[in-house]
Amino acid sequence: MKDIRLMKGNEAFAEGVIRAGCDGYFGYPITPQSEVLEYLAAQRADERTGMVVLQAESEIASIHMVYGGAACGKKVLTSSSSPGISLMQEGISFLAGTELPCLLLNVVRGGPGLGTIQPSQSDYFQAVKGGGHGDYKMIVLAPASVQEMYDFAKLGFDLAFKHRIQVMILSDGAIGQMMEKVELDDQVPRMTNEEIIQKYPWTTTGKTPDRERNIITSLDLNPVRQEIINRKLQEKFKKIQETEVRFERIQCDDAEYLFVAYGSSARICQKAVMLGRARGLKIGLLRPITLFPFPSDELAKLSKQVHGILCVEMSAGQMVEDVRLSVNGAVPVEHYGRLGGIIPAPDEVLHVLEENFINETMISESAAGGERKS
Amino acid sequence: MPDTITREEICQPENMIYCRTPLLTDAPLSYCPGCGHGTAHRLIMEVIEEMNLQADTIGVAPVGCSVLAYDFLDIDMQQAAHGRAPAVATGIKRLMPDKFVFTYQGDGDLAAIGTGETIHACNRGENITIFFVNNGIYGMTGGQMAPTTLPNMKTATSPFGRDVQTMGYPLKITELIAMLPGTYFVSRQSVHTPANVRKAKKAIEKAISYQKLNKGLSFVEIVSNCNSGWKMTPLESNKWMEENMFSFFPLGDIKVPK
Ligand SMILES: Cc1ncc(C[n+]2csc(CCOP(=O)(O)OP(=O)(O)O)c2C)c(N)n1
Ligand code: SF4
Ligand SMILES: [Mg+2]
Repeated sequence: MKDIRLMKGNEAFAEGVIRAGCDGYFGYPITPQSEVLEYLAAQRADERTGMVVLQAESEIASIHMVYGGAACGKKVLTSSSSPGISLMQEGISFLAGTELPCLLLNVVRGGPGLGTIQPSQSDYFQAVKGGGHGDYKMIVLAPASVQEMYDFAKLGFDLAFKHRIQVMILSDGAIGQMMEKVELDDQVPRMTNEEIIQKYPWTTTGKTPDRERNIITSLDLNPVRQEIINRKLQEKFKKIQETEVRFERIQCDDAEYLFVAYGSSARICQKAVMLGRARGLKIGLLRPITLFPFPSDELAKLSKQVHGILCVEMSAGQMVEDVRLSVNGAVPVEHYGRLGGIIPAPDEVLHVLEENFINETMISESAAGGERKS
Repeated sequence: MPDTITREEICQPENMIYCRTPLLTDAPLSYCPGCGHGTAHRLIMEVIEEMNLQADTIGVAPVGCSVLAYDFLDIDMQQAAHGRAPAVATGIKRLMPDKFVFTYQGDGDLAAIGTGETIHACNRGENITIFFVNNGIYGMTGGQMAPTTLPNMKTATSPFGRDVQTMGYPLKITELIAMLPGTYFVSRQSVHTPANVRKAKKAIEKAISYQKLNKGLSFVEIVSNCNSGWKMTPLESNKWMEENMFSFFPLGDIKVPK
């Protein structure tokens, strides 16, 4: 019998965390993601699996608690929303510098500053380009449904430990708050300390006579060695770019025009594709699931097929830069964004696509026919 | 009979009256000659060795002169961001409750940038041990004013002396955290004379053994010198410390279990 429930995105994520065999959650309340900590507390996650759930005094403390736990090889995470994630950036950079695996959830709200508690996608740059100091990247997963909020908890931990990297789930207030049905998996058991020592020999678990001491540090004052450390990190990011790209193609096979959107915006665009197709327009949607690694190759391929790309984001234009880099001028790329917590409507984005590419194409086609009036 | 004796002949077990603690590594200490950090390291490792805790210990190094503590201490260690060691130690201890977990922090690390993490780890009664080396200055960055810099004391950023009207008062963080119900044992010591070293070692022993009781945080402050930052010889700095620091930061136990 399948275990299917109706859940909020944030709750589904928290349930996913428990079932993934997580060892510890450290977090600080902030709208629109407080349900994560509330759910873990209400569910008595500590009794269900023995996982630690702790409300920290700040997001700064949370991320450094994550650091301490991750360095012991534990499956740990924190969750927050935009201002809290900004506070964590030094800690995330330390996690990157020490290559510690962990899971981070950002249920994005509008900024800058205290901004709004309404959904937004304006933290793309911070998540994808490395919001803290130094040359680093995280794997960034963008859920577009409550089911994916649930699924990406386990996927995130798996990827984090596979590559010794931080995995950020870049969600938004709409996905976090909306309710949908979710199919749940069986409980993954938590790892024992003995299993951790066996599987992750680099962890700080107490120096035993059979090995050298383990040190978790990002410091090396020798520039030659520091450059080698950095190059190794870059190789890891390159490998991830080559092997971990995830995306969804929606009606792309015969598409002449393409939406590119992730998360909530992808849901809107999917509806717009249906509306457009009902009117005979060949529109498709490419939905990046990993924002890093970005599906650049797939976009490059599609750019040879379509006449125009509209990137829809709830931001002033962030992912569109990566779309343009991928397409490299092969086809016109436009951006449509709503700001401040406003979610665009399907007919609105369809209209923008038509205005930008289709109506214009008709005009230029008629111009080629010599009927253009000047 | 050879008229000179060799190093090998001297270095025999029967001649040994003092040696490096086995839990200190071979790496040469990076501290200035005369600095208290080295003695503090040694005492902690002596106790860990005597209590047979090497395999059960996870230490957290701060940002400060002791950032490289993990080069010298032969135990598993993590290096924490500036001020965040108590949060890092919280993460470790909550997930590895059977381990002995300690932080080693300077005054800038613990009482300025990391005040929040210090107070809240103490207030939650985390079962960790904090070793706090208070030298009244930012040693590592070149002798700037610290939260514990004494009134009128000259530093690189208070070149005419700390003016408490504009720069605030030195922070007695140890007295502050001793008031919190989450702390179990709080002591202030120094390591500049053999007698003080013995007392400090006792306090360190207590702090470490109390962690096993799971009754809250144990905290040992070591008032120390920074001869480089204070721009004094080691001897002068010890004298200055006795004459000026101890009246403001009196030595002894501040909170002991009832
Ligand atoms: C976020 C951050 N801010 C500032 C610094 C620079 N910094 C390094 S050590 C230090 C002061 C350390 O002083 P203290 O904790 O008293 O240790 P000491 O060197 O005196 O033992 C500062 C300000 C840093 N590394 N990170
Ligand atoms: S600068 Fe001060 S605290 Fe740092 S090693 Fe030298 S004497 Fe010690
Ligand atoms: Mg200092």
